[in-house]
Amino acid sequence: MKRLILWAPLVVFVVFVATVAIGLYAPADRKITSKLIGKPVPEFTLGPAVPSHPPLSSDMLKRGEPRLVNVFASWCLPCIAEAPQLMALKQRGIPIDAIAIRDRPADVATFLAKWGDPYERIASDPQTQVQIALGSSGVPETFIVDGRGIIRHQHIGDIRPEHIPDIIRAYEAAK
Amino acid sequence: MIAEAGLAALWLAAALSLLQLFFGATALRPGGEALLRAVRPAAMAQGLLAALSFLLLIQLFLRTDLSVKLVAANSHSLKPWLYKFAGAWGNHEGSMLLWVTILAVAGGAVALLERRLNERTLIATLAAQAAIGLGFYAFLLFASNPFERLNPAPAQGQGLNPLLQDPGLAFHPPTLYLGYVGISVAFSFAVGALVTRDVGPVFARAMRPWVLGAWIFLTLGITAGSYWAYYELGWGGWWFWDPVENASLMPWLAATALLHSVTVLATRDSLRAWTVMLAVVAFSMSMVGTFLVRSGILTSVHAFAVDPQRGAFILVLLGLYIGGALTLFGLRVHTVKEGATFEPVSREGALVANNLLLSAILGIVLVGTLYPLGVEAVTGEKLSVGPPYFNTAAGPIALVLVAVMAAGPLIRWRRDKVGELLGRIALPILIAAAGLFAAVLLAPGVRILPLLGLVLAAGTAAASVAPLWKRNLRRTPLFTWGMVVAHLGIAVSLAGMASESAFTREKLVAARIGDVVEVGPYTIRFDALEPVAGPNWTAIEAKLSARKGDGEPFTLNPQARMFSSPPTETSEAAIVTRWNGQLYTVLGKGDGQGRWQLRLWWKPAVTLIWFGGILIALGGLLAIIGRVRRERRGAPLQEAYA
Repeated sequence: MKRLILWAPLVVFVVFVATVAIGLYAPADRKITSKLIGKPVPEFTLGPAVPSHPPLSSDMLKRGEPRLVNVFASWCLPCIAEAPQLMALKQRGIPIDAIAIRDRPADVATFLAKWGDPYERIASDPQTQVQIALGSSGVPETFIVDGRGIIRHQHIGDIRPEHIPDIIRAYEAAK
Repeated sequence: MIAEAGLAALWLAAALSLLQLFFGATALRPGGEALLRAVRPAAMAQGLLAALSFLLLIQLFLRTDLSVKLVAANSHSLKPWLYKFAGAWGNHEGSMLLWVTILAVAGGAVALLERRLNERTLIATLAAQAAIGLGFYAFLLFASNPFERLNPAPAQGQGLNPLLQDPGLAFHPPTLYLGYVGISVAFSFAVGALVTRDVGPVFARAMRPWVLGAWIFLTLGITAGSYWAYYELGWGGWWFWDPVENASLMPWLAATALLHSVTVLATRDSLRAWTVMLAVVAFSMSMVGTFLVRSGILTSVHAFAVDPQRGAFILVLLGLYIGGALTLFGLRVHTVKEGATFEPVSREGALVANNLLLSAILGIVLVGTLYPLGVEAVTGEKLSVGPPYFNTAAGPIALVLVAVMAAGPLIRWRRDKVGELLGRIALPILIAAAGLFAAVLLAPGVRILPLLGLVLAAGTAAASVAPLWKRNLRRTPLFTWGMVVAHLGIAVSLAGMASESAFTREKLVAARIGDVVEVGPYTIRFDALEPVAGPNWTAIEAKLSARKGDGEPFTLNPQARMFSSPPTETSEAAIVTRWNGQLYTVLGKGDGQGRWQLRLWWKPAVTLIWFGGILIALGGLLAIIGRVRRERRGAPLQEAYA
């Protein structure tokens, strides 16, 4: 038994190498179709994440026009990377709401001031309950919800400049 | 010619490392003893040639030789000379050359200076160091040649990333690398000792100064990097749990654990297998860190040139070295007899607790850093793990660790009585209790983690100087002073961190010229806005005047800078340091209607964070001087630790 424990570090290391090797060689952006696509947004009501913006609930995503819902956090570095792309989408007239994960009002305000504010409503999800209900396991993620509250598209990870045409296409299709 | 000479020196150094490995491996076989004497000179010559190659690269940067691809891509003739100089390692190829140079010079230094270790173990150590070097030479020569020419040479270089155009670049990467790569010596020592089955107090005493040396530089490098990020990024934070920061923290945690376990091994001949394991882990963490940063596999604020092929190359090296060392460990370590045993309540027991807690934090940081990778490999999702995880998971353990650290030096070796121990730590506990009382009374509403941090810092500061109590200070050994200073540094740093997170005042405003804003005890007036120009940038500069109560006003001039080559905007924070904290101001964007975004922070006692870091490194320095001096005088068999 004691002899076996001596090999444990090697086993951990082999798992590490296997994981990163997959990370290195896997195609950069694999498409994942979320199980929630085509299903209605789960019911939720959340408080505001920051005093300057109204909060968000699932009812507000069923008012006839499609919207983007961006799941983000002020402490998340890829969220900073995607901020210019969200601003670009907003300037094309796409309405964007947000859910801030495990965040504090002051941090969210600083984030918006520093990296841009494309959002109409921002909800606070301190315990990540809504995030989990949405089938999102990390930040950032972006959902496109049509006017009846049905999820039409899920983008996992940060939106890069090359993803913008896809997002716009999915948004137009949700109309 | 300089570039060709540099490349030739690099090839020669690589050839010597191959020879060094071959000589070493042959010399250890029966009948190969004749080659024993060839290994040390090979290691020293290899160190000299690698250093020469690196100096020639610096020369190319100082001259801005644009016919060299690396210089053309990263430098510019109009750059101030300091950044031309530091620009030599402000890029992938140059920094990898620095990496290899430190590896070779460290090996050469071991060959030159190490006299205590059993000769066969030393030869095995040098062979292991050469084996590591060989892989990284191959990486440089075949995948990241820093001396590659460019034909035709461009008329002007592309310039250095403006975020790197800062005196921090001259100091932070070399010190960090000295620690990061210097710890390779511990790895090679461990491999050498496993090969010759020679793990014991002599081995531990020989390894200790090298571990201490690398650890001092690692501490300084992390401290410098933290301060640099704090003032350069303009985010007002001193630690972001960024993957690259974690990559430097993990070897530090492992090296700190190693530093303490090696002392147990040297003093009491316990923890043999564990010490060898830690020596392997410490440098493995350096290599894993290098891989994570250079392969671009994680998203980070440190933008290095990213190339999956290079990532694959480093991954193969990693697999060979770490996999090889761990296999050797699995095969050999059971033949290493476990040394002396001890009671749980003893200095050894406290050091074991220290090691376990440090390892736990290391595990938390490692898991948090790799979790996004693991999730991506399994499900393809990309995500980011941030401070909520790290602070919640590692914070409480770190506080327990500090508490153990405070009590540790007051516990006797071998066996101690709990009652007597309580008597010795009664005063620090009283001071901590008084601190708790004062904090709750004077500053209600402080969150639990910073509050505990402040209280613990007070108690630990008292406990850390307690080993000097009732001692003749002039006859106290220098390494005891080192321990006291380093532990005091932890308390000071912790006080700074807790104070920063508990008492920072922040204001974010859109201000017009003439507006007055208050932050903490200061009143700040937005006086004017002026354009200014530097050697390779232009900027808009805000003139702010700040005063505390009716005190003398002083000015702060934060800038929003535009660099021309490459075109980039950065914000230069203006920071004023007072004895009790820092006023930190950043100028943001204008709204086009005469209002400018200003971010203002008052951070009480924040400077203690880095002052503590310097104290920790100073403690290490005192310890190393004390140890080496004692060895020179002829080490006693049973040595005292404190």
